[in-house]
Amino acid sequence: MQNTSLTHVHQSLGAKMVPFAGFNMPVSYAGITQEHNAVRNSVGVFDVSHMGEFILSGPKALDLIQLVTTNDASKLTDGKVQYSCMTNDQGGIVDDLLVYRISAEKYYLVVNASNIEKDWNWISQHNSFGVEMKNVSADTSLLAVQGPDAIKALQKLTDADLSAIPYYAFAIGTFAGIADVIISNTGYTGSGGFELYVKNEDAEKLWYAVFEAGNEFGIQPCGLGCRDTLRLEKAFCLYGNDINDTTSPIEAGLGWITKFTKPFVHSDYHKQLKETGVKKKLVGIEMVDRGIPRQHYKIKDAAGNEIGEVTSGTQSPTLNKAIGLGYVKTEFSAPGSEVYIDIRNALVKAKVVKTPFL
Amino acid sequence: MNFPSDLKYSKEHEWIRVEGNTGTIGITDFAQNELGDIVYVDINTVGDTVAKDSVFGTVEAVKTVSDLYLPVAGKIVEFNKGLDAAPESVNKDPYGAGWMVKVEITSAADLDSLMDAETYKKHIGV
Repeated sequence: MQNTSLTHVHQSLGAKMVPFAGFNMPVSYAGITQEHNAVRNSVGVFDVSHMGEFILSGPKALDLIQLVTTNDASKLTDGKVQYSCMTNDQGGIVDDLLVYRISAEKYYLVVNASNIEKDWNWISQHNSFGVEMKNVSADTSLLAVQGPDAIKALQKLTDADLSAIPYYAFAIGTFAGIADVIISNTGYTGSGGFELYVKNEDAEKLWYAVFEAGNEFGIQPCGLGCRDTLRLEKAFCLYGNDINDTTSPIEAGLGWITKFTKPFVHSDYHKQLKETGVKKKLVGIEMVDRGIPRQHYKIKDAAGNEIGEVTSGTQSPTLNKAIGLGYVKTEFSAPGSEVYIDIRNALVKAKVVKTPFL
Repeated sequence: MNFPSDLKYSKEHEWIRVEGNTGTIGITDFAQNELGDIVYVDINTVGDTVAKDSVFGTVEAVKTVSDLYLPVAGKIVEFNKGLDAAPESVNKDPYGAGWMVKVEITSAADLDSLMDAETYKKHIGV
């Protein structure tokens, strides 16, 4: 199992550690609810250094990215970020990722920790363009500083004007005395804030600087537990749960990042799905009766016939409701549809709702 | 973590406090810490006679769900209704306000198979 550059810091803070994607990661420090509320109401910090980063450069870098990703990366300009996914040749998703355009011939890709090797191999396999590829995952640390007070705390640490960096844009600058930090207005919480990419040797310095700057706002270290509840309230997909090697982005509600303005791997299949309609759809589920939907629970109709499966679920700390995501047959996908979750052989009433939940 | 010496403990992380023929049962400080923030405790076995080490309910935390195992055979005579309004009692006060059920113990001999606080601490490695 791998450690991040900050694992020893998490342990010294008394974090509960769990293995995740081959890394020894903090799942919580003070408790999921408290950490969740810190991000929604003030500011919290996640060590997400397990994430993977690739640098693609060369005159044909864009061509390779256009081939392997579903979104239209030609729309990017320098300093902009795009959420995208990579499709396989069997109708599913290799991974979802962020594509950063550093310059017209240099891109930074951020992928899920569990898929680093798979993604690297997949992109390499399609690199008939002579694009120079560099896997900097093992050298890069990433802190996500999230919440409404994040910008106030972080602005103290840099001369870069953070308010001039829009959502899904980034700057590269000196931060907390560290040169060449990627300062990215992105995150996985829906509460605003920045993600900061640094070299491993600078991670600890950055961590302590951020905590000092955030002290007046009650800044809180946050683990993977609340990362999940935060993203789920916003219905952000989690690879391995809500999307995987067998789900189409069209079925997953990711049509908005699937652009048929250019061909990409297996794009004809997804285009046809979009035109002829999907058989199953990823929907939001809210429990009506008491119960919490969990991954792999079956979704059934009133008669007990199976109509789908839960892919993610939790008790929402903000809404104080049990919520989840799951695939259902298209005829049950309209908001308001009554469905039942099979919780330990009992059918518990739920309904399909619009997402995001919050 | 706290493990009162007047209680008996099971491998499945339940505790029991014995008064006469009645046992009060809950989950240990270790268990509540492992589960994290508890959302509710679901017990539909009041009035039932449940075998030793059988499931008498479930506890739902934000992150996970876990079965509850009865440390001794007995009849479930009471559920702590206070948990419906304040499930967080299980996290804050697992041996007090966070108790879950009371049972009429079928056989006092079942208690002999349970651990004392010191043995339980070794069991969980603290």
